[in-house]
Amino acid sequence: MPRMTYLEAARRALAEEMRRDPDVWAVGEDLGRGGVFGQYRGLIEEFGPERVIDAPISENAILGSSVGAAMTGARPVVEMRFADFALCAIDELVNQAAKARYMFGGQIRVPLVVREPVGLWKSAAAQHSQSLEAWYVHIPGLVVVMPATPADNAGLLKAAIRCDDPVVYMEHKDLWGLEGEVPEEIEPIPLGTARLARAGRDLTLVTWSAAVHTALDAAAQLAGEGVDAEVLDLRTLWPWDREAVFASVARTRRVLIVHEAVRVGGFGAEIAATLAEELGDRLAAPPRRLGAPRIPVPYSPPLEQEVRIPADRIAEAARALLRA
Amino acid sequence: MTDAAAARGANLDRERLCAFYRQMWRIRAFEECAMRGAEAGEVFGTVHPSIGQEAVAVAVCGNLRRDDILLSTHRGHGHTLVKGADPYAMMCELLGRVDGSCRGKGGSMHIADFGVAMLGANGVVGANTVIAVGAAQRLKYLRSDRIVACIFGDGAVNRGTFLEALNWAAVHALPVLFVCEDNRYAASTRTCDLTAGGGAAARGPALGVETVEADGNDVAGLDATVRELVERVRGGPPVLLVARTYRLAGHTSRDPAAYRPEAEVAAARKEDPIARCAALLRLAGVGEEELAGMREAACREMDAVYERARGAAWPPRALAFADVQDVGSPEERPF
Ligand SMILES: Cc1ncc(C[n+]2csc(CCOP(=O)(O)OP(=O)(O)O)c2C)c(N)n1
Ligand SMILES: [Mg+2]
Repeated sequence: MPRMTYLEAARRALAEEMRRDPDVWAVGEDLGRGGVFGQYRGLIEEFGPERVIDAPISENAILGSSVGAAMTGARPVVEMRFADFALCAIDELVNQAAKARYMFGGQIRVPLVVREPVGLWKSAAAQHSQSLEAWYVHIPGLVVVMPATPADNAGLLKAAIRCDDPVVYMEHKDLWGLEGEVPEEIEPIPLGTARLARAGRDLTLVTWSAAVHTALDAAAQLAGEGVDAEVLDLRTLWPWDREAVFASVARTRRVLIVHEAVRVGGFGAEIAATLAEELGDRLAAPPRRLGAPRIPVPYSPPLEQEVRIPADRIAEAARALLRA
Repeated sequence: MTDAAAARGANLDRERLCAFYRQMWRIRAFEECAMRGAEAGEVFGTVHPSIGQEAVAVAVCGNLRRDDILLSTHRGHGHTLVKGADPYAMMCELLGRVDGSCRGKGGSMHIADFGVAMLGANGVVGANTVIAVGAAQRLKYLRSDRIVACIFGDGAVNRGTFLEALNWAAVHALPVLFVCEDNRYAASTRTCDLTAGGGAAARGPALGVETVEADGNDVAGLDATVRELVERVRGGPPVLLVARTYRLAGHTSRDPAAYRPEAEVAAARKEDPIARCAALLRLAGVGEEELAGMREAACREMDAVYERARGAAWPPRALAFADVQDVGSPEERPF
């Protein structure tokens, strides 16, 4: 299997989808020059400016025009640059894209993919670092996808583009350079299926996006102590793979949910509550969560460290869970 | 001009005017039924009547082809009717019945009829302008000769979406007819008090968009203006039409609109587009009986629509869970 970066995997998947389907187009700021991170490099040369559309700094229009285009048969891939800037277009996503099919009685679908790069990256501070996935999971009508590996960023992006629902597609900025194997033939990965990142018997770590890698580091530490942790990469938050999580947790009877986003009101709360309701008496210990404290992301590295969840802390929480 | 030609011209004019007159009465009769329904508690949500603004709907939507795309507002019954939507389906929507345009899931503020390329009223002021430019971008990509008409109020021009949409349509030379339906109010606020500069009419040119101002209560004049603009917009670039009109009813059917000076309302009543059209028809030789006949026919049509809609079935409860999304659908497993 060829090795490539997380960024290149998505670029390749998008190019293949654009070759396959002339209704797919991409729109966003600076796309003509390859996009801010280079995820669109080379696409304008192949597909031209009508399909790789350079947008002014008009987030309402970037997302809103994509709603109109999707209602008339296009399948836009909408680049929001940073998840933080997508907030400028929250009406277009939440009130328009997510609602149109329902409130118009099923007359129309709005198949678009909103790419919102998330996460802590290069001391980007409070307005360029957020992970707001939980907000979107809360909105009926939306699908929420957060790939953690190059292979998933290829297969999930293809699935998102082929999906007839509006999909919020959150890539982690700190993973752009991550290398991994990607199949020669990129197949779409069914949305809503978790990936078993590491099999284990003693406890289950449920996680997604960049936190998957920290959780795997923690699992490696724990393995040295004779603790066998299972790591489930959720990949899609809505819908989330309840079957996979239930099956794993029913086996290990201990679960720790880890996410980079703020812990309060984070998606970990939904998983923990669901597990408590559904598996409560079969668990050896109450579900535990790790997430960021409820503070904006600070700039200075020693301060920023306060919102990060390093592998040590995951391992420590896992040990505490095993003692419980 | 020979007498025969003049007579033919007058006749044509008469036919055209009669068609406008009938159509304006259909809108008004529809909304009067809806307002009575709201008062009776049979129409549930908010109804925003366009009484006094019917000429804009008739002139703008009457000049669109069936496959031209329309985006409307919360005050959109007239636009939608003239675009060709079935008044029975619209009334059922207001009454929350399963035969509604949106199966009773949208109500007055979210009527859409994709069968006549009507992409939706919108409950969010100014949201439709950016959706419109995307639809136009798709049409341009398809090398289509269809156009998009996007109607919004004078209050909407203070939203950022107005600027973003006009700029976008202009730089991409998109086939959009933007129509600002200027009824001088945004809810209880006089828009001129809170709109800087020359409003929509000044903002269009600032963005390089050709802008035309017109009397929005002169149905025949506005029809001629729009016909020309529609032909110009086919293939792009966009044009902005500012139609000056007045909202004779309240902001909603429950709003007595006491915030408006009586003299202003009295003056505006004299400019009622239906009355002005009737005056022209009289000049063209149409008698009172014929005028009354056209009005009564519209009222009978909409009364019958209302009665039939009242008898329509309620949506089955399962519809609450339908059409949310394919992936992670609540129909598979309710959450
Ligand atoms: C974004 C947004 N803000 C506020 C409202 C509440 N609202 C509904 S209609 C309206 C007035 C709109 O005025 P205008 O655009 O002139 O349209 P008109 O009602 O006069 O047809 C307001 C403020 C809304 N629906 N959407
Ligand atoms: Mg107004």
